[in-house]
Amino acid sequence: MRLAFAAIATALALIAQPARAVQPDEMLANPALEARAEAVGRELRCLVCRNQSVEDSDAGLAHDLRVLIRQRIARGETNTQVVAYIRSRYGDFVLLKPPFKLDTALLWGGPFLLVLLGAGLAWRFYRRQPPVATPPLSEDEQRRLSALLDDGAQP
Amino acid sequence: MKRRRWVFLAPAAVFGLMAAAFYWGLGLDTMVLPSPLIDEPAPHFALPPLPGHRDGFSSADLKGHVSVVNAFASWCVPCRDEQPALNALARTKRVPIYGIDYEDKPADALAWIGALGDPYTRIGADSGQVGIDWGIYGVPETFLVDADGRIRYKHVGPLTEADIHRTILPLVARLER
Repeated sequence: MRLAFAAIATALALIAQPARAVQPDEMLANPALEARAEAVGRELRCLVCRNQSVEDSDAGLAHDLRVLIRQRIARGETNTQVVAYIRSRYGDFVLLKPPFKLDTALLWGGPFLLVLLGAGLAWRFYRRQPPVATPPLSEDEQRRLSALLDDGAQP
Repeated sequence: MKRRRWVFLAPAAVFGLMAAAFYWGLGLDTMVLPSPLIDEPAPHFALPPLPGHRDGFSSADLKGHVSVVNAFASWCVPCRDEQPALNALARTKRVPIYGIDYEDKPADALAWIGALGDPYTRIGADSGQVGIDWGIYGVPETFLVDADGRIRYKHVGPLTEADIHRTILPLVARLER
């Protein structure tokens, strides 16, 4: 019973799609243009809820931005032009993927810096370890080793 | 051996640095975003008046003098807190205040200024698109526009009377010079 329930829950979770906030009356009739509008909306942050894209958010501002994106795309603007316009109004924060600039250099470069730092520390640490010299076997050990080896050779 | 001793202090030092960074971060107001429109010309727009009012609000109104532009809405609770400060600013007769009634029902907006006072020289009713031109993402937001029609200052969130006296009025005086 419990297993069946878990199986059903898993199956439902697998077929579930994230709910989209786009209303049917907002959509463009031309599917190619609508797909472009969606792509633009996915790149843009809804500034009311902050961590949802304009395409996912139910906020009033996100609705207005979706309408604006579709108006501009229907008017013949490129995706880049639409994004540039909205960025000129709301700044870089509206882009879900921040551009590489001087003030975002630490954000983009940080992980690489940490890897370099770790590699440097590891290199210093291992270089400092003296190579471990293995002392030669004593006579007694040598005899026991030969006995074991001989033993193994004669089943 | 002596060289190694500082290594044991390193985790404490890292912790200290992180704690300081997070403590600093706690004090930041993440709701306030820097506007890319500062020192840019105000957008071109023409908003219709509220029903019963003679004039709407358009970019032509901003030319030739310093203006305060305030985006508000009757459904916005912080705007309610802000209204006494705006009324006080209006009483100084120092600077005209223009209102952008953002995504509002006109009848509600009329009832709202009827109840809380009307500090506005002109009000334009916006269905949301002009708000995007101004980079508005949450009301109330207040802009200072200079005589050339450039946006020079933006305040996000409700203005207090202290903001009016400490920031807005001194800036108006500076922009008029």
